[in-house]
Amino acid sequence: MSTIAQKKGFGATLWDYLTTVDHKKIAKLYLMAGGFFFLLGGIEAMVIRIQLAVPNNNFVSAGFYNEMLTMHGTTMIFLAAMPILLGLMNAVMPLQIGARDVAFPFVNALGFWLFFFGGLFLNLSWFLDGAPDAGWTSYASLSLASEGHGIDFYLLGLQISGFGTLMGGINFLVTIINMRAPGMTYMRMPLFSWTTFIGSALILFAFPPLTIGIFLLMFDRLFGANFFDVAAGGNTIIWEHFFWIFGHPEVYILILPAFGIFSEIIPTFSRKRLFGYSSMVFATVLIGFLGFMVWAHHMFTVGLGPIANAIFAVATMAIAVPTGIKIFNWLFTMWGGSIKFTVPMHWGVAFIPSFLLGGVTGIMVAAAAADYQYHDTYFVVAHFHYVIVGGVVFGIFAAVHFYWPLMFGTMLNETLGKITFWLFFIGFHLTFFIQHFLGLWGMPRRIFTFLEGQGLETGNFVSTVGAFFMAAATIVLLINVIVTSVKNKKVGVDPWGDGRTLEWSLPSPPPFYNFKQLPLVRGLDAFWIEKMEGRKRMTPAEPLGDIHMPNSSFTPVMISLGLFVAAFGVMYREDYAWGLPVIIIGLVITFGSMLYRSLKDDHGFHIHKEDLQDDDKKGVEA
Amino acid sequence: MQAEEKMTLEQWPAAPERQTLEAKNKFLGFWFFLGGETVLFASLFATYLALKDKVPSPDHALAKDLFEIPLVFLMTMILLTSSLTSVYAMYHMKNFDFKKMQLWLGVTVLLGFAFLGCEIYEFNHYVHEYGHTFTSSAFGSAFYTLVGFHGAHVTFGLGWILALMIRNAKRGLDLYNAPKFYVASLYWHFIDVVWVFIFSVVYLMGMVG
Repeated sequence: MSTIAQKKGFGATLWDYLTTVDHKKIAKLYLMAGGFFFLLGGIEAMVIRIQLAVPNNNFVSAGFYNEMLTMHGTTMIFLAAMPILLGLMNAVMPLQIGARDVAFPFVNALGFWLFFFGGLFLNLSWFLDGAPDAGWTSYASLSLASEGHGIDFYLLGLQISGFGTLMGGINFLVTIINMRAPGMTYMRMPLFSWTTFIGSALILFAFPPLTIGIFLLMFDRLFGANFFDVAAGGNTIIWEHFFWIFGHPEVYILILPAFGIFSEIIPTFSRKRLFGYSSMVFATVLIGFLGFMVWAHHMFTVGLGPIANAIFAVATMAIAVPTGIKIFNWLFTMWGGSIKFTVPMHWGVAFIPSFLLGGVTGIMVAAAAADYQYHDTYFVVAHFHYVIVGGVVFGIFAAVHFYWPLMFGTMLNETLGKITFWLFFIGFHLTFFIQHFLGLWGMPRRIFTFLEGQGLETGNFVSTVGAFFMAAATIVLLINVIVTSVKNKKVGVDPWGDGRTLEWSLPSPPPFYNFKQLPLVRGLDAFWIEKMEGRKRMTPAEPLGDIHMPNSSFTPVMISLGLFVAAFGVMYREDYAWGLPVIIIGLVITFGSMLYRSLKDDHGFHIHKEDLQDDDKKGVEA
Repeated sequence: MQAEEKMTLEQWPAAPERQTLEAKNKFLGFWFFLGGETVLFASLFATYLALKDKVPSPDHALAKDLFEIPLVFLMTMILLTSSLTSVYAMYHMKNFDFKKMQLWLGVTVLLGFAFLGCEIYEFNHYVHEYGHTFTSSAFGSAFYTLVGFHGAHVTFGLGWILALMIRNAKRGLDLYNAPKFYVASLYWHFIDVVWVFIFSVVYLMGMVG
């Protein structure tokens, strides 16, 4: 049955993807949409760097620069990094734990479409009323004063896509708790599944405060509420708290999966089991827990007082301990291993010192007293780009190369991959290392230009040159993807030859039901154990039987589309008479589709044993 | 075992809401959802406490001027009773007695509507007697957002339970719809718990100043 999909026309393929509930296809949707927004966010970054290349530049106006800066941050965090990571989780995690799909395939599709329509809505602001311009943090005192509808696009777009992320988090939690293969105990679970698990728990508890914060700001801007209006008794600091109670766990939602990715790649290409597995798990849980205790370190200069600042400073520095454990474990995994320098391993090795630099400056900005000096300068910009790019984006690039065969059945070109790596690695340090010093020399964040003769020219120019290197690296990756897809040279089981975990025991790409018979897991690195004992495949844990599969559905698109429509109504309610009817139409579509989903029975279907045996004869193995 | 299969009392398992893998997932997933909802309401409570009695000028009504215990006590009793009746409904669900389950769910829904009616009256009263509106002060915004979010949850719950009752009226219980009834009743309990906090934090604490 898996071979049929390749022979369909464009319309049928499109319909297939619009209605799919298969985690592997949803993963591809996430990667495509997330990749598109990554390019968009990258172009925005280039505009920022071109504007700042020379002093007194007028490449863009001050107002447009604010929009670029806001959309760069918002797009990269919410519409690029998060979805690409959710895509990778979708592609890999169910296979890693030996499941046939996620717990809620329908909700999985709904999560994607909510993110997609939310992202689309946010970016339509470019063509309608101008993009949001209050920074990605959108502090209330600034965003309430912003004219036009830019901020409203930010609020409604993020609200819609945030619902999707929340659903994705719940889905992964339940999948990991309920659907592990026989023998896959928690302490045998690969690290990427563990980090998905903890990351999902963070999503569950971090996104609701953002949801509320966004609601409050939306009520203030569009419905005349006074939450942040000091004249009416409001308090503008409430937004900052909600934003960072969400925002700080958010950076761990981003970095933990990247840690997981490197914890898969480094053992695979060191051909040695992960050093200190249980301490890695412990460190992951601890980072997730502490991640909720540190939000006020973003607010040291707000004036919460020395006691609050001291507590949050100490809690923040405490996170260095579990992170340090991880760094040492990766190093010890490589120590004495038989290292193979593939493209993913290049990223893995480069990640350690790059991320470490971000960690060290993290300790510096965590010192509350010193932070008054660093605050709102390029030092902070350098710090968070070192952790987000040096950690998360390196992780994403590594994972895209590593898991490409698993998702698409073909390998990305290694030479082009190495060119991408070196260009990006050099460009990254060129761009951001100098920004530490720019910050210390006094260059503030979020300014659209700077004056001559203040010692900032060289540093900014170097930084811009670095950005072009990163852009070139991304273009090489795109060429690599196109070349590889055109050649489409198929690979078989275990394409890297050193796969350790369950996903590599499957054909590349796996059949749509993943495992014909659920595998029996006998320890950590389940597939490696079998290979060491001379077997080429996993031992099945069950006899061949019928497999229950979920039905495809168009309803997720409809539910998301309804909210997308309603969002326009909410925004233009006060400007145009059609606002209110559009809200009603949108909500009717959404709630009607939910009702339809609730009332219409959906029992799924069964793949019969006989068909599975037929697949065997055609050479499709599970 | 097919989830949609017709069953008899003898075949009916002790935990019909967790019999299939789909049902187990739904059960656990819904608990996680309620975890997220808890954080959502916690955020609203925090906002309310930060903005309680924060008004632009002294002539605005404050919490101690607005709230009257008899009405909200009645609402509390109505909602607590509706939680009890939904427990009866689930008791009958577990005993495979579809008619009695529907009956008790019906009572639950009626009590829910009664609660909603009281709330609408209450809001109307504040607006017209005291000029305490959503836009009049930060206090008003926070109050109506917190209590209104709860009211919206009640409304959604009523629609949900009614839809389940009507959809399944003719076919009775099976292992496909039992988990649906069960999570709807969990949701109803959650709304009730949130109200207990609203009653304590907003109304009782509002009375004492």
